[in-house]
Amino acid sequence: MTTALSPRLTSATAGRVLRQLRHDHRTVAMLLVLPSALLGLLYLLWADVPTPPGQPGTFDRVGLTMLGVFPFVVMFLVTSIAMLRERTSGTLERLLTTPLSRLDLLLGYGTAFGLAAALQALVTVTVATTAYDLDVAGPLALVVLIAVVDAVLGVALGLLASAFARSEFQAVQFMPVVVLPQFFLCGLLVPRDQLAGWLQAVSDVLPLTYAVEALQEVGASSEATGTMWVDVGVVAGAALLALGLAAATLRRRTS
Amino acid sequence: MDAAVAVSDLVVHRGARRVLHQVSCSVPPGRVTGLLGPSGSGKSTLLRAVVGVQRVHSGTVTVLGRPAGAAELRARVGYVTQSPSVYPDLTVRENARYFAALAGRDAAAADAALTDVGLGAAAGQLVGGLSGGQRGRASLACALVARPELLVLDEPTVGLDPLLRVELWAHFHALAAAGTTLVVSSHVMDEAGRCDQLLLLRDGRLLSDSTPAQLRARTGTDDLEEAFLSPVRAEGVAA
Ligand SMILES: Nc1ncnc2c1ncn2[C@@H]1O[C@H](COP(=O)(O)OP(=O)(O)OP(=O)(O)O)[C@@H](O)[C@H]1O
Ligand SMILES: [Mg+2]
Repeated sequence: MTTALSPRLTSATAGRVLRQLRHDHRTVAMLLVLPSALLGLLYLLWADVPTPPGQPGTFDRVGLTMLGVFPFVVMFLVTSIAMLRERTSGTLERLLTTPLSRLDLLLGYGTAFGLAAALQALVTVTVATTAYDLDVAGPLALVVLIAVVDAVLGVALGLLASAFARSEFQAVQFMPVVVLPQFFLCGLLVPRDQLAGWLQAVSDVLPLTYAVEALQEVGASSEATGTMWVDVGVVAGAALLALGLAAATLRRRTS
Repeated sequence: MDAAVAVSDLVVHRGARRVLHQVSCSVPPGRVTGLLGPSGSGKSTLLRAVVGVQRVHSGTVTVLGRPAGAAELRARVGYVTQSPSVYPDLTVRENARYFAALAGRDAAAADAALTDVGLGAAAGQLVGGLSGGQRGRASLACALVARPELLVLDEPTVGLDPLLRVELWAHFHALAAAGTTLVVSSHVMDEAGRCDQLLLLRDGRLLSDSTPAQLRARTGTDDLEEAFLSPVRAEGVAA
């Protein structure tokens, strides 16, 4: 069971995944436009609601968090379906008979969808800060970085989830299972310090919690904080862990 | 010369059933070996064991001197699955170039492989928009492009017209003449005569391992279709 990494094979795979994406014009359009459109709806939702003086506007708080949630959700879905197709169409079995290692394959997916997420985040952040006046104290580049790390987490969990789905119907239903609890507990709906102790403990082990905290840090301070870097590290570590687990589900020999 | 593939007492279970029963056979290097047998006889299962993706119960499969599935074999063995395994949302050329890249070959090698299977003119089309036979050939090209020492092809000529079939078989023999070992499964008896060596499988058991001429002589008929049916029938009566 060699897991020798080859940057050449990883990038060939990332290129292949991006080419597949490029042939699917509607998916590309939706990837780029949908988060901005949904954010616009949120903007309008609170546009006429007065903000108590001295507090951040609700849209600034929620909108910023959504910049981390969108790429996570979208990339989770897209990847779990893409990987399920590889498994059911026979291409995965074929790839596993080539020199491509399992980690090359998974990192190829992570790279491809990470790049797609970077483009998505650039569009969304630009639209949010210009058209919707989203207020971010820190550098926007950090928002994009966090969005990309979130997307890679979504990709990694999607790759892992695809191992447990036998059909696309099952795969799409993993989305609420994986995403919603993390979203409920990430601190957006109810501040984390107001959660019951055991819920807080659950929240502590869910990676999206750290992604949201990182975004809040960027939103509140003009420079990168230590907390933010720790948060980003935790999300990246969770993504790597999920990738490792996903690699373990790619069995070369099947019965 | 040593056998390119040596299978010894191979037993494979799929689901709750035993689908290969103590199969032993060998594949000579630099030849085209045909694997023939009725549907469900275990051809694909045996080929999967040779490329190392089939979980085996007991027995050994040695490929190019290494245990089947060994990591260093992956650059030396090419496999074409029975149902085409290429990306429908990529063009024929993009598919070939990806599999070329995985094997460390360049774009020119990809184009050459497409020409070899007669898809040069369709290179720019999406695989999803191809006919069944074209899709199968695209899948074949993605294995040819790696120029492996051993090519394992599971029914590569299904759904092809006679002319294309003749051309592909000529290509297989040209590859064999240049030193490649090929194992080709088929349902079609007229293809048996094109093989240098024939393995006949039925119900997971090896019925015969011989040249077409030997098979004809043993069964006393010139017609390979008849020759094939006779051991199958004999086994049927004996069973
Ligand atoms: N995924 C599977 N799970 C359980 N049993 C299987 C599976 N695939 C095949 N089998 C069984 O294994 C046996 C051998 O199948 P195999 O695919 O090797 O046959 P084959 O000779 O290639 O047939 P065909 O010519 O139709 O392709 C069959 O009885 C089949 O029902
Ligand atoms: Mg078969």
